[in-house]
Amino acid sequence: MSQPLAVKTENLGRIYKIRNNRKEKQRELLALEKVNLEIREGELFGLLGPNGAGKTTLIKILTTLLSPTSGRAWVAGFDVTQQPAEVRKRINMVSGGETSGYGLLTVRENLWMFAQFYGIPSDEANRRIKALAEIVGIADRLNTKSSDLSTGLRQKMNIIRGFLTDPEVLFLDEPTLGLDVGASRDVRSFIRRWMDENPHRTLLLTTHYMVEAEELCDRVAIINQGRVLACDTPSRLKQNLHHEIFFQVWVVAPRLLDEYSFLQINGVKHFHQFPEEDSLRLEITLEEEGALSEVINELTVQSARILRLEKREPTLEDVFVQLVGQRMEEVENVALPAN
Amino acid sequence: MKGILMQKSVNLRSFLTASWLGWQIESNWTDPFLFATYSIIKPVAGAAILVLMYSIVTQGNFESPVFAYLYLGNAFYQYVPAVLTGVSWTIIEDREHYRTLKYIYTAPVNIPFYLFGRAVAKFIVGTFGVVITIAAGVLFLNVPLDWSQVNWPLFLLTLVLGIIMLAVSGLILAGITLKTARHSYYIGDVVAGGLFLFTGAIFPLEVLPVWLRPVGYLLPITYWLELIRRSLVGAVAEAFPTFTTLSNGDLLLILAASSLAFGIASIFIFRSCDHQARERGLIDQTTNY
Repeated sequence: MSQPLAVKTENLGRIYKIRNNRKEKQRELLALEKVNLEIREGELFGLLGPNGAGKTTLIKILTTLLSPTSGRAWVAGFDVTQQPAEVRKRINMVSGGETSGYGLLTVRENLWMFAQFYGIPSDEANRRIKALAEIVGIADRLNTKSSDLSTGLRQKMNIIRGFLTDPEVLFLDEPTLGLDVGASRDVRSFIRRWMDENPHRTLLLTTHYMVEAEELCDRVAIINQGRVLACDTPSRLKQNLHHEIFFQVWVVAPRLLDEYSFLQINGVKHFHQFPEEDSLRLEITLEEEGALSEVINELTVQSARILRLEKREPTLEDVFVQLVGQRMEEVENVALPAN
Repeated sequence: MKGILMQKSVNLRSFLTASWLGWQIESNWTDPFLFATYSIIKPVAGAAILVLMYSIVTQGNFESPVFAYLYLGNAFYQYVPAVLTGVSWTIIEDREHYRTLKYIYTAPVNIPFYLFGRAVAKFIVGTFGVVITIAAGVLFLNVPLDWSQVNWPLFLLTLVLGIIMLAVSGLILAGITLKTARHSYYIGDVVAGGLFLFTGAIFPLEVLPVWLRPVGYLLPITYWLELIRRSLVGAVAEAFPTFTTLSNGDLLLILAASSLAFGIASIFIFRSCDHQARERGLIDQTTNY
């Protein structure tokens, strides 16, 4: 018997009509195109893609904030456009990288107030607030006005707000955006723990951090320019790359390398270089290991001295490169209006 | 039946929680002087300006029924911007400043009831202003208000009906604010300022050109102010020609009917704007701050 679906989309599409000023002609921006997803109850599902890929647009539609321009979507079995009130009873959402909240209220008051909107009795709300605040490490700040919190602590408060109502489906949009390494790690471990303790809850997480998707998600959909390019478990997505070999090379070179020369070498599939403090880091994907010697020759030709060379396992970043032909940060550099 | 009860509970929850939030925000004055300025000095100063102008124009004829008409109309008109702004301003405040509107929208909240709840604090502060203005009028300016002559049932009924009418009308402005990404500041004050001229707040509608009077006759606020005056100073209010042919019952009926019509139109307009805002992705769009 198949598991019930927590989220389903059918040919979901969204086009934004954009006009910067009255004189300008309205233009259309395709944010989502024919997105078909099925997320099972109990899954921690990741949407992985660069900024502007359509992740936030998809979350907005699923949380009833935005109407789709085509297709349909269901959350917890209810149509997001036909039965939004039923959907809202069963969901919650947290967006990262923002400082939302009523600054005049204390952390406890902010959280208590949102609990009231969901009909949680006051005593129960206070009990949950205390427990969650201890888990995410802001128990000593519950009586602090939220305007006095740092961005990271405010983000933790918002994360508690999302989990406080014990939603059937929780949407986390870039939950660790803007957090420092330690806080991000805390949030990730809390998310995993919550899922383990609540096996019937479903969590849809959007991120552009590969590590986050790999570490947390049961399944991942890779999305770019509004299209879902692949959807599977992280390990299966990476298995598709078993015939490719990945090298990381650190070199010292007088200037940036001529990438084109490397791509001309038979067996070199991708070649990317990233300037670091005192060296260049090269990410090289080969179709056959034999091409490595020619790559080394070319490095010598371009006066690059090898500091270190590592063969590594494929990552989701490699999957993305394979699907899109560019690394995620390169895609992000191509200007796309924020969704 | 269960569905109706649950909906009632959602509405009540939305209203009460929003009222609590609104009061926390409104009353959070760190400086008592600012609070005094806002809730006491501002309305008294506004009334004083009007009294001064009246005094100059009429050469100090405070015995004329026009004075009571003008003074009471102006005092109670303070509810109009307070409630209209209270309902509509919440959209801007939550969306642009606190950035919480999307979380309110994704919660099981009845948005109109939430907006009404947020307006309660503004209504309370507005009430301070009205009470203080009237007290100043009675104590220092001889406004002929005889408490024993006040028709209290009519006054209370009219006041409650009027506040509900204003709150529901505020939904129109809230809907427009939802769709307007910019320039929507103080829309309640702007609209209230415009309506001040057409609702007989400080002068009878006969003062207006004939072609402008129908605007006043169409607005429930006009009948509300007339009934408020009649309930407080019946004889004075009846001295003006505008509604002399109508009894209190007639006016109450017109107020109820026009409020109902406005209410239905407001709900329809708000829903339409809400729908368009979702289509255009405006619920969480921030343009200021």
